[in-house]
Amino acid sequence: MKKIVSLAMAAAVLCTAMVGCSEKKSVTTDGSTSMEKVIGALGESFEADTGITVTYNPTGSGSGIQAVSEGRCDIGLSSRDLKEEEEAEGLVGTVLAYDGIAVIVNPENPVSDLDVDTIAQIYTGEITNWSEIGGNDAEIVLIGREAGSGTRDGFESITGTEEMCQYRQELTSTGDVITTVSQNPGAVGYASLASVKDNVKLVSVNGVTPSEETIKDGSYVVQRPFVLVTKKDKELSESAQDFFDYITSDDAAEIIASAGVVAAQ
Amino acid sequence: MKKNRLFENIIHGIFLILGLITIGCVLLITVYLVISGIPAIREIGIIDFLFGKKWASTAEEPAFGILPFILTSVYGTAGAIVIGVPIGFMTAVYLSKAAHPKVRTVIEAAVNLLAGIPSVVYGLVGMLVLVPGIRKLFNIPDGASLFAAIIVLAIMILPSIIKVSITALDAVPKEYEDASLALGATPTETFFRVSVPTAKSGIAAAVVLGVGRAIGEAMAVMMVSGNVPNMPSLFQSVRFLTTAVASEMAYSSGLQQQALFSIALVLFLFIMLINAALNFFLKGNKEG
Repeated sequence: MKKIVSLAMAAAVLCTAMVGCSEKKSVTTDGSTSMEKVIGALGESFEADTGITVTYNPTGSGSGIQAVSEGRCDIGLSSRDLKEEEEAEGLVGTVLAYDGIAVIVNPENPVSDLDVDTIAQIYTGEITNWSEIGGNDAEIVLIGREAGSGTRDGFESITGTEEMCQYRQELTSTGDVITTVSQNPGAVGYASLASVKDNVKLVSVNGVTPSEETIKDGSYVVQRPFVLVTKKDKELSESAQDFFDYITSDDAAEIIASAGVVAAQ
Repeated sequence: MKKNRLFENIIHGIFLILGLITIGCVLLITVYLVISGIPAIREIGIIDFLFGKKWASTAEEPAFGILPFILTSVYGTAGAIVIGVPIGFMTAVYLSKAAHPKVRTVIEAAVNLLAGIPSVVYGLVGMLVLVPGIRKLFNIPDGASLFAAIIVLAIMILPSIIKVSITALDAVPKEYEDASLALGATPTETFFRVSVPTAKSGIAAAVVLGVGRAIGEAMAVMMVSGNVPNMPSLFQSVRFLTTAVASEMAYSSGLQQQALFSIALVLFLFIMLINAALNFFLKGNKEG
């Protein structure tokens, strides 16, 4: 389904690329696949309000930043902070929202706090039994998401475990992860904070319980920013500037929250 | 008269067009799969693709080996057949030959209901009941495994096996059985020495149909098998050909997406083989 949506969006981008030269009544965005949900929701309500279409091309953070620096889109989307050399090229990053990723365990599990290193060791298979970190004598069952998932990408990049995770199960939705963790006393998984329900236990990381406040002030570390990338010396088109102002306003916070992330404003 | 003739011709034309739509769909899918499946195989290399043991589609240095998926699909289907065929076959013999008509009506209704349950429901029940059950029963850390998928598939193929076998067994001429009974054979001897051998090509077709259903199933196995691209082992998390396509398609791009089409092409070839086998058995049925 998502594929169809993104294909349609890609097609829309192509169309606007061809048509858009003469008539600039749309905003093009390009970048992080993780931001699909939030940009989709914002674009929809912006279009409903103003009639200006917002297109989104899910290419990944790196490609999105490149696209905006080459002027191929209005706003680039990145799910990491800009690097120094990217800022040196005249790009500006504005944080739209923070994506907090919660580490969850079964409610029967006595472990309630982990630090990032321990999480990394668990997911890379260095720690395989809960008794090694103060839990019951049970094998740790690692639940994760499928390759290409934004949550997986976020979790692995924050914990520094890219391509090293020894998953026992790779599930295709947040709901599946939560259900599986709630069913298995030895399981540990990760999911967007907003989706976590009572049937699993949230683990605090470095002693900080994930919540909207702790994600916003940065004390909860398993999180990453969703950044809007623009060019410093080039003015946005009128419609792109409208969209930019709209999504960074207080009014948009509710829509951002409904997409499962914490608004920066 | 002339008007009637014209009317007939129009109806014929409409039927022809409707028939061509089906053929058109098949052709379209085949051509599309071949066109979109070939580039990745060429880029990866057919040997590396089919016999590579490592699948890491989003890694820095991606690896696209689908041997684990092929073997998992083959083992999973074989396992489902080993469990499902004896049960389905015996049920069919019982229903066709021995069961009281009322009992047959009830069981047949139940079998039809089983056939109508959507695969996502099989998956859900498997995820909530079977997977934790296997974990506790075998005392392993996690129950999502090839074994769980085999059980789910075995149940899912039962209806096709039972229904096709019953049709084949019902078609055995009554005279054959009467002759056998008149010669002093017991009913059980008659069922297994006369009825079953006569219906054997129909029963073989039932098995092949079951294989086709099992190898093509995606949703239910995705929910119970864990989806990690391991080489298959009974109590390990595994990924099937179908689930390999389904689980990564949503966010895929570039060569990864092309490779998923190539997997679909491989799966398509498997299904074609199975269909060819099915045709072979059905043809044998008519001649025999």
